[in-house]
Amino acid sequence: MAESITITPTFDVNEIRKSFPVLEREVNNKLLVYLDNAATAQKPQSVIDALSYYYSNYNANIHRGIHSLAEEATAAYEATRVTVQKFIHASYPEEIIFTRGTTEGINLVAYTWGRQNIHAGDEIIISTMEHHSNIVPWQILCEEKHAVLKVVPVNDNGELLMDEFHNLLSPKTKLVSIVHVSNALGTINPVKEIIDAAHEVGAVVMVDGAQSTVHLTIDVQKMNCDFFAFSGHKVYGPTGIGVLYGKKKILENMPVFMGGGEMIKEVTFEKTTYNNLPYKYEAGTPNIADTIALKVALDYVTEVGKSNAKKYETELLQYATEELKKIPGLRIIGNAKNKVSLISFVIENIHPQDIGVLLDNQGIAVRTGHHCTQPLMKRFGIPGTVRASFAMYNTREEVDKLIAGLQKAIKMLA
Amino acid sequence: MSDKKSIKETEDEIIEAFSWFENWEEKYEYIIELGKKLPELDEKYKKEENIIKGCQSTVWLVADYHDGKIFYQADSDAIIVKGLVSMLISVLSEHTPDEILNSKLDFIREIGMMSHLAQTRSNGLVAMIKQIKNYALAFKSVNAENIVQ
Repeated sequence: MAESITITPTFDVNEIRKSFPVLEREVNNKLLVYLDNAATAQKPQSVIDALSYYYSNYNANIHRGIHSLAEEATAAYEATRVTVQKFIHASYPEEIIFTRGTTEGINLVAYTWGRQNIHAGDEIIISTMEHHSNIVPWQILCEEKHAVLKVVPVNDNGELLMDEFHNLLSPKTKLVSIVHVSNALGTINPVKEIIDAAHEVGAVVMVDGAQSTVHLTIDVQKMNCDFFAFSGHKVYGPTGIGVLYGKKKILENMPVFMGGGEMIKEVTFEKTTYNNLPYKYEAGTPNIADTIALKVALDYVTEVGKSNAKKYETELLQYATEELKKIPGLRIIGNAKNKVSLISFVIENIHPQDIGVLLDNQGIAVRTGHHCTQPLMKRFGIPGTVRASFAMYNTREEVDKLIAGLQKAIKMLA
Repeated sequence: MSDKKSIKETEDEIIEAFSWFENWEEKYEYIIELGKKLPELDEKYKKEENIIKGCQSTVWLVADYHDGKIFYQADSDAIIVKGLVSMLISVLSEHTPDEILNSKLDFIREIGMMSHLAQTRSNGLVAMIKQIKNYALAFKSVNAENIVQ
């Protein structure tokens, strides 16, 4: 066999920035510095074009049409499924179910698998650093089924206390639903260890990949998770399209979620039989345009190279962390050893919202508040944080602008 | 007789003050200053029933009614919101329920602070204005009842 040569494409942030038109706009008369990527990432022109091209050229309802437009739209829609399958290394395309986003994916599992498999006295394990989307669906389920919700605590660095996790596991544990990367802290959780240990006691594991999918290489087979959910809009794709991955065997045995068109095989008033995977879970006309554009976003990420982006983002994280630490009174919330390019912080005697308002006036977009993780904020004894989250198109110059903006805000508030 | 200015007069004064500012920094420094000057609400008033909860910051509002006028006191844990709260109080406090109910609060737009009202979920300001008017409505009906009696 011929020797394979790996050519690593060079990562040029200036070239990447050119793909994102919004980065050229001004906010409050200053060039936008967009550091709210953990909330939603900006979209490359190719994604925007794909949406427009779909509506301009082949808008049609998919799957049942026999005309050309319907065929083209169906082909493009299904092409995204295969791209997603490859992107997260799933075994089969039918393991990819399109949803509105991570939240819907988690709820789908709670309402189908959960209702079927969780019984009185069973235990579900989550962690303190979960987003409300990975807390509330399980609370609802536990209440309905008289099951028990157990919570893995975190240490002061914002890392899961793994000993506590192992102690919580028992034959009563039926499900572990854990966030891959914390949206409030940036912590990358040891999901492989969690999944293996949970499987030992016969539990099923759901991974909330809302924050991880854009930063990390996702291999659901290696990870061996049973469910994995993510949102397209955080991976440079459109809003309103997400993915739920589930192991085929599990999905096949799960009850249906929503009833309607597409999800059926045959309907009579006596009995309805359901469609095969994945259509069984895609009732009604789906979000065709955004699904098609999601492929373009994932192709874009693949073309840049996830490892290239990760390397660059890690450098940016290190630089930003060092610079932020120089600001007197600033305390970073979340100092895990393994982090993605996201920094949450508080400044002594200053409300995060005041920082947010004054940064916005300087054209700098950050997020302030509790980040839909109120139990985590309570754990750290704070009402909220300022969060700067970096994407592959952010630069060191933008970090410098953030630092200067913060210094100015602090001076004004002093 | 009190020398309290009318709502419109106070609004005009604020608009006048803001017209002198040349940039956003001066505007916000002024608002921050107002926030710092507004006396902190007594702890005894910082109870659940007086909280107007925003998603991020909290506003406390207390209202007293005597001599036909409403006296408001308020506070916030975020200083810019507190500055805006301070302006609202200076405009609306010590007026009759009718005056308060009829106020349009155009000065907020005039001084370029509408964006703070658009953040409905985050800072509680819109909810605060609503609550201020709710108090006015409540005191007005109390007033009407007394007259009937």
